[in-house]
Amino acid sequence: MRVILADDSVLIRPGITKVLTDGGFDVVAAVGDAEQLLRAVEEHKPDCVVVDVRMPPTHTDEGIRAALAIRHMHPGIAIMVLSQYVEERYATDLLSMGAESVGYLLKDRIAHVGEFLEAMRRIVAGGTALDPEVVSQLMVRRRENPRERLTPRELEVLRLMAEARSNNGIAEALKVSGSAVEKYISNIFVKLELPASDTEHRRVQAVLRYLEG
Amino acid sequence: MTNHPGPESPFTTGRSVRHLVAGAALGALAGSLLTVMAVLWFAAILSLLEGATGDALLVGTYVTAAFALPAAILWLAREFARVHRDRFRWSFSIDIPAPELTWTSAGRYLTYHLIALTLGVPAIVLVLVPPAARRYARADTVVAQALLAPGSYERMVRRVESLAHSRAEVIAATDAERRRIERDLHDGIQQRLMALAMNLGIAREALTEPSPARDAIVAAHEEALASLTELRQFVRGLHPAVLDDRGLDAALSGIAARVPIPVQVSVAVEPRCPAYVEAIAYFIVSEALTNVVKHSSAERAEVRVSRDRDRLRITVIDDGCGGAVMTPDGGLTGLARRTASVDGTMSLHSPAGGPTTIDVELPCA
Repeated sequence: MRVILADDSVLIRPGITKVLTDGGFDVVAAVGDAEQLLRAVEEHKPDCVVVDVRMPPTHTDEGIRAALAIRHMHPGIAIMVLSQYVEERYATDLLSMGAESVGYLLKDRIAHVGEFLEAMRRIVAGGTALDPEVVSQLMVRRRENPRERLTPRELEVLRLMAEARSNNGIAEALKVSGSAVEKYISNIFVKLELPASDTEHRRVQAVLRYLEG
Repeated sequence: MTNHPGPESPFTTGRSVRHLVAGAALGALAGSLLTVMAVLWFAAILSLLEGATGDALLVGTYVTAAFALPAAILWLAREFARVHRDRFRWSFSIDIPAPELTWTSAGRYLTYHLIALTLGVPAIVLVLVPPAARRYARADTVVAQALLAPGSYERMVRRVESLAHSRAEVIAATDAERRRIERDLHDGIQQRLMALAMNLGIAREALTEPSPARDAIVAAHEEALASLTELRQFVRGLHPAVLDDRGLDAALSGIAARVPIPVQVSVAVEPRCPAYVEAIAYFIVSEALTNVVKHSSAERAEVRVSRDRDRLRITVIDDGCGGAVMTPDGGLTGLARRTASVDGTMSLHSPAGGPTTIDVELPCA
């Protein structure tokens, strides 16, 4: 899978490149700002971009804006946004164009190499990968308190779903059986009034409905 | 400046004599000019009151004089006061600051010019008994400092203005400093630590067989990640970039999510406040929630921020055990200090058994 990386830190770029290359990704370009990123995307038409939020010239939300521009022009390209801090507002902006093939993670997560590569593969396959910290921030902003409808356990499952974990992944994280996870998930679907359709779609819907309040 | 005689005292006999003679001359000149003008003004008013006789030109002159002379008297009083101040500077290097020209200061100038008339008497005495000049000169200095300088009220007003100005500068500088530190940490040590954690992560993945080396790398990896988390939380507390970028509402999500209890946040701030007010409001909410978690054993909390014209109101409520008090080094005291630094007000309502409410109002022009 062909990837373009955009990060202004010369310390971080080689690290991420190595992690991705070792994980079987083909890093076709590594650039230092949003403008170069957009040019590289036009040139290489990659499967995925990995982009830092704070980049020159203003060091605020260049990465988010670049991600939205790429999503607008090339909806097929998966986008992984990385940052030293995650912010609910940026997540909302990112998800405004749909949650398919979008990831938003703390940069720290790259250091968990295996999990990071799994998240990368998931978003390239059309999934979502949200940092647990973003999910907790988004929960704060819900007008209605979700704790009142979902049990704490169901909430935890939903949080792990937002990180786009598989049923097995969730079962492992919560140290419960796979069938227990399935039961939690079907309860969540019912409580969030999601119509029966294919499960993968319902999972994304559940996360989105939950996050949007 | 000292009034005590000594080797460095500026009040030497020679200088004192010169000072008093100059003062007497100046006083006499000012006195006579001002007196003439006052008499003319009085005459003009009197003629107008009694009904002016004579042609229109004369009446016009009277009316003009009635209005113009007081202005001229004020102007002269001020100018003579200026020359008197110069006299003190030349004679003794004593700087007497000038007040604003107001009715009060003009009245005090006139009083001094009246007193200056009497300088002529000691000036004559002095020529006969020169050492006495020092005493007179000192007395003259005391009087001039009382009458030619700004009064205590004006001095206080000026002091308050300068304090307010310097305080605003200190706050702006602190704000800029926090931003700079945040940026430096973000671009520097955070990146290095990240690179370190990443490399340790790569090494950890590569070593799959259990071995002492792997154990050491796993421990180092975990340690690096824990340091990153700690550093991130510290830096975010300093001054989050999203605060400048998207404002208070967006920045508060991060704080609320960090707190282990449910926090409801509602923010209605339109238009945005100045950056330093946003920074203080952010700090206040952060501190208040930290306090809630540390001491209140609350199960939930609520943060409300709203703007009503030029006031920003911040309310933090928790359903904890109450009984919160301000201790000298406590978080609440820091909060009150930060609030006071921009002339805000803070009130704490925390009956035993709860709930606790902290109300803060910040001016935001």
